[in-house]
Amino acid sequence: MKFLEIENLRKVYGAQVGVQHFDIAVERGEFISFLGPSGCGKTTTLRMVAGFEQPSAGSIRIDGRDVVGLRPNQRNIGMVFQSYALFPNMTVAQNVAFGLKIAKRPDAEIKPRVAEMLQMIKLPQLGDRFPYQLSGGQQQRVALARALAGSPQLLLLDEPLSALDAKIRASLRSEIRDLQRKLGITTIYVTHDQEEALAMSDRIVVMSEGRIEQLGTPFEIYNRPRTRFVASFVGTLNILRGKVIDPAKGVVRVDEQDIRLDQQIPNAAPGEMRAIALRPEAVTLGETRPDRNAMKGTIEEVSFLGAIVRIKVRFKDNLISLDTFNSSASPPPRRGDSATVTFAPADLQVLEGVEG
Amino acid sequence: MKRSRLGPWLAMAIGTAYFLIPLIATFEFSLRMKRGEYSLEAYRVVLADPRFQASFGYSTLIAIATILMGVLLIVPTAYWIELKLRNLRPLVEFITLLPLVIPAIVIVFGYLHTYNSSSWIPLIATPRGTDLLLTFGYMTLALPYMYRAVDTGLRSIDVRTLTEAAESLGAGWGTILFKVIFPNVRVAVLSGAFLTFAIVIGEFTLASLLDRPAFGPYLQLVGANRAYEPSALAIVAFVVTWACMGLIQIFGRDRRATMAGR
Repeated sequence: MKFLEIENLRKVYGAQVGVQHFDIAVERGEFISFLGPSGCGKTTTLRMVAGFEQPSAGSIRIDGRDVVGLRPNQRNIGMVFQSYALFPNMTVAQNVAFGLKIAKRPDAEIKPRVAEMLQMIKLPQLGDRFPYQLSGGQQQRVALARALAGSPQLLLLDEPLSALDAKIRASLRSEIRDLQRKLGITTIYVTHDQEEALAMSDRIVVMSEGRIEQLGTPFEIYNRPRTRFVASFVGTLNILRGKVIDPAKGVVRVDEQDIRLDQQIPNAAPGEMRAIALRPEAVTLGETRPDRNAMKGTIEEVSFLGAIVRIKVRFKDNLISLDTFNSSASPPPRRGDSATVTFAPADLQVLEGVEG
Repeated sequence: MKRSRLGPWLAMAIGTAYFLIPLIATFEFSLRMKRGEYSLEAYRVVLADPRFQASFGYSTLIAIATILMGVLLIVPTAYWIELKLRNLRPLVEFITLLPLVIPAIVIVFGYLHTYNSSSWIPLIATPRGTDLLLTFGYMTLALPYMYRAVDTGLRSIDVRTLTEAAESLGAGWGTILFKVIFPNVRVAVLSGAFLTFAIVIGEFTLASLLDRPAFGPYLQLVGANRAYEPSALAIVAFVVTWACMGLIQIFGRDRRATMAGR
């Protein structure tokens, strides 16, 4: 039995579907991210787990107990919000102690627990401050301490870093992950930032239009996107349109040049047009080798970005973008030059669905 | 090009004179009770009058009851509307504005008709029942001010997220309301409370027609029979009202200072 099991979850608002066909099983201690653009249903799903929204159908079981129908205060969850949601009338220590007082823990237990939590978030000296006297990053740390103080069985984070600047976001990201690992708490993290999701998660649920597009480890999501949506949402990606020539041998034709994959193309018929994903970092310029695909094209754009030079190579209808490191010994190519790009068959991923 | 500032200053001077001259004249007149000299004799007489003390005490008590009941009714209502029933806000705002367009005399005749001694709820059959009815009446009169003050306070905080944060920490509705929401709209509630106090302390129509010994009818009675004491009473009522306004300003300033620190 998994620790958190969500089955066939559905949420509708009148005629509008917010979430549908949502199935997931989360291991105890796992860090899982819901990733997707605004309106994809990730926050709605999180809010249903928290109890702030009631599902239209489906079940949510935490540690074997069906929690649908239970109020949020009966679910033993900790939640961190994008806007921190610290109680403005209470000091930092009072905020952290709030849940413990509600649970009627004895004072002798509350005080050391609050001190422990403040120590954990590295703000032991700020217990007497009010939220408005703290920076955004500090407030979010306090919110995290408050959510964890009562030792909840599940931690839910709703875009907790979105309101912070980039530098704080990066450091808090690793702090949250370290804490989660240390405490071994099962965590659901909602974000629209693919870098955050890739860096922090054990597994990622990529969502679009209320449904799961793909569920997998960051490595799988990044390297083996199943759909065009996942491919385009996670990382920068080249998407080539090609005609299936031999699905059994994994051969497709892109702008009159045959390229091969390292596997069969499932559910494809010869002559079908399919989208093929290719990461820019898998592409090199020149260096043709028998074990790599090679395509001849023309340099269309060269952007010098300092350490990186971004080159776009035009074929007939398709365009491949690749990054090379800057080298003072070899200047970048010029627009209009002929170029050959190469990539390994294993780096190609045929996406689901026939292209129009 | 430097514009002339004469116009605005003139308008301000006329406005100030319009307000201040009657006030100064009233104050000056209240000091002339003793022939040939200025004195506070009228104030001494008024403040020593047991009817003044009784009526002022009664009105203060009713005002406090009105504030307490108003807060207990309006804060949870406004909170619930902000949290769950936002689409009802225009309707509720319309209802809360009704006391401004329905004269107090219409309200009180409605009360007399509905709650008379032969009705289902004969509130005016006993003095305590009438006091309760008067308090309800004052709650109605103060509704536009109290509701707006509380609503403004609630809009200045993120009610929904704070509620959800408290809920996720195990709090029930009572705890959320009294430990999270009330303390964070305290300033707004106080503003509404002081406005309510100022309204209740000088109200005449409801108290007079319900025949209650309030400060408003006492003011009218003294005004009809005495010369100098009504002026002194008017000044006293004015000072009480302005003290309330001053308190709103003080609490409002504290709030602004707090917000500025954010």
